[in-house]
Amino acid sequence: MHPAPSVIVFSSFSGLGFGLLFWLGLGLPAPTGWIAFGFFTIAYLLAVGGLIASTFHLGHPERALLAFTQWRTSWLSREAWTSVTALVLMALYGAGLVFFGQRIAWLGLAGAALSLGTVLTTAMIYAQMKTVPRWRHWSTPALFLSLSLGGGALLAGQGRAALVLLLIAAAFQLVNWLDGDARFARAGHSLATATGLGGIGAVRSFAPPHTGTNYLLREMVHVIGRKHARQLRVIAFALAYVLPALLLLLPLGHAVAALAVLSHLAGVLASRWLFFAEAEHVVGLYYGQR
Amino acid sequence: MTSLPPPSAVKLGLVIDLDTCVGCHACVIACKGWNTENYGAPLSDQNPYGADPSGTFLNRVHSYEITPGDSPPQLVHFPKSCLHCEDAPCVTVCPTGASYKRAEDGIVLVNEDACIGCGLCAWACPYGAREMDAAAGVMKKCTLCVDRIYNDNLPEEDREPACVRTCPAGARHFGDLGDADSAVSRLVAERGGFDLMPEQGTKPVNKYLPPRPKDRPAPDLAPLAPVATEAKGFLGWLDRALSTLPGEGR
Repeated sequence: MHPAPSVIVFSSFSGLGFGLLFWLGLGLPAPTGWIAFGFFTIAYLLAVGGLIASTFHLGHPERALLAFTQWRTSWLSREAWTSVTALVLMALYGAGLVFFGQRIAWLGLAGAALSLGTVLTTAMIYAQMKTVPRWRHWSTPALFLSLSLGGGALLAGQGRAALVLLLIAAAFQLVNWLDGDARFARAGHSLATATGLGGIGAVRSFAPPHTGTNYLLREMVHVIGRKHARQLRVIAFALAYVLPALLLLLPLGHAVAALAVLSHLAGVLASRWLFFAEAEHVVGLYYGQR
Repeated sequence: MTSLPPPSAVKLGLVIDLDTCVGCHACVIACKGWNTENYGAPLSDQNPYGADPSGTFLNRVHSYEITPGDSPPQLVHFPKSCLHCEDAPCVTVCPTGASYKRAEDGIVLVNEDACIGCGLCAWACPYGAREMDAAAGVMKKCTLCVDRIYNDNLPEEDREPACVRTCPAGARHFGDLGDADSAVSRLVAERGGFDLMPEQGTKPVNKYLPPRPKDRPAPDLAPLAPVATEAKGFLGWLDRALSTLPGEGR
């Protein structure tokens, strides 16, 4: 799949932002006044900035309100609802903390649940795709959720929780990568089943329909992005999980925490690049590629 | 609504004969022509006369080489367009309701006025039947020429999809696959029509007819043995004379 920068930035940043909103909603921490303002500003910049980035890949963003209509069947529509309601509830909750020094606990808990729900619905957009066997697995939502919770804890200054959650996320990451490598073959898709001609003999793509490229190849058969997959996996794993975990073992100051956050974010961006670049869509079979 | 309707009695679709298709791409051109001039946004091209031309097509013809274990390979031309699946995954993922399946005849369509161009339906389709138009920013797909098949302004013989109407080999058939007695259903039954990628569980309406078994040359038929390896007479002299010239033997 095409690793579109707007989608990589959206899912990484908003995952972190909604993770921070989750911890703020729980009251961990529960700052008031200017400190609360700082926390909520960071959370909203990440979450809303990510959402705005995601509209860059729409053909007609001016019709985005229609995306609220099909929540019965569409995970993308559900994501629209959870993200907007989470942002509205957490804004009210944050206003209570910033301007009135009041923590409205039930509002925070509801906002926390919806923030987590947003990350879940984002993950399910990918995990529902039967056409991309690498994504269609429980480890996809598990990875997205644990990354959001771990990164959010890092931003919220919850050192102990961040350490545990990052280690859990690292485990899900390994499952997602290593099991994912075999999942396309396990799903049983091949050019033989794609064309239905396997009964006659070995099938090979002889000539593509066009000499040039097309939307399908650009969007779903993005082979070039996998070139440095092995090196990127090592970089992503070291930056997103190992380095922040080691830093969390040190006495936690602002400088150490900032370093851990930056390292984690860089690692998540690399991991998210691979999430798309390594994902093979079954339509590639028709073009003799994967 | 992007909920799928209950299975319709009428299932309009195509039956494509892989035995008959000669790979001329006339269906591709007829489709592009009709669907650029009629229903919805035109099918645009980007840089059509430049170094890297690309464009939106609702029907594309692949060519595959099949090598049976002990015989020479054979070429199969393979037209592919929307299969109007009964369990269409492209419909249910749509967040806006732009993508829908008609309850009355099972045709899968896009309401272009409601499409936000998110591309999720194209991701959900295993067959590559949907393409985002780079100029219009909306999703395009085969409409089964819905503006031809019910069009009373057209002569009776033109009320079928443009690809079917134009096919010079008669490799494309249009009809009601929900009716077991229709010509297309009988064709599917007689020739062993099959689904593409059945393991995806999409239940395509369109069916493909397999190539008929080919006559195979006898396996012990060796290439003809050469009758003359050395040229004699004038040609032999010419061969030797030319060989002495500089630059020979490359």
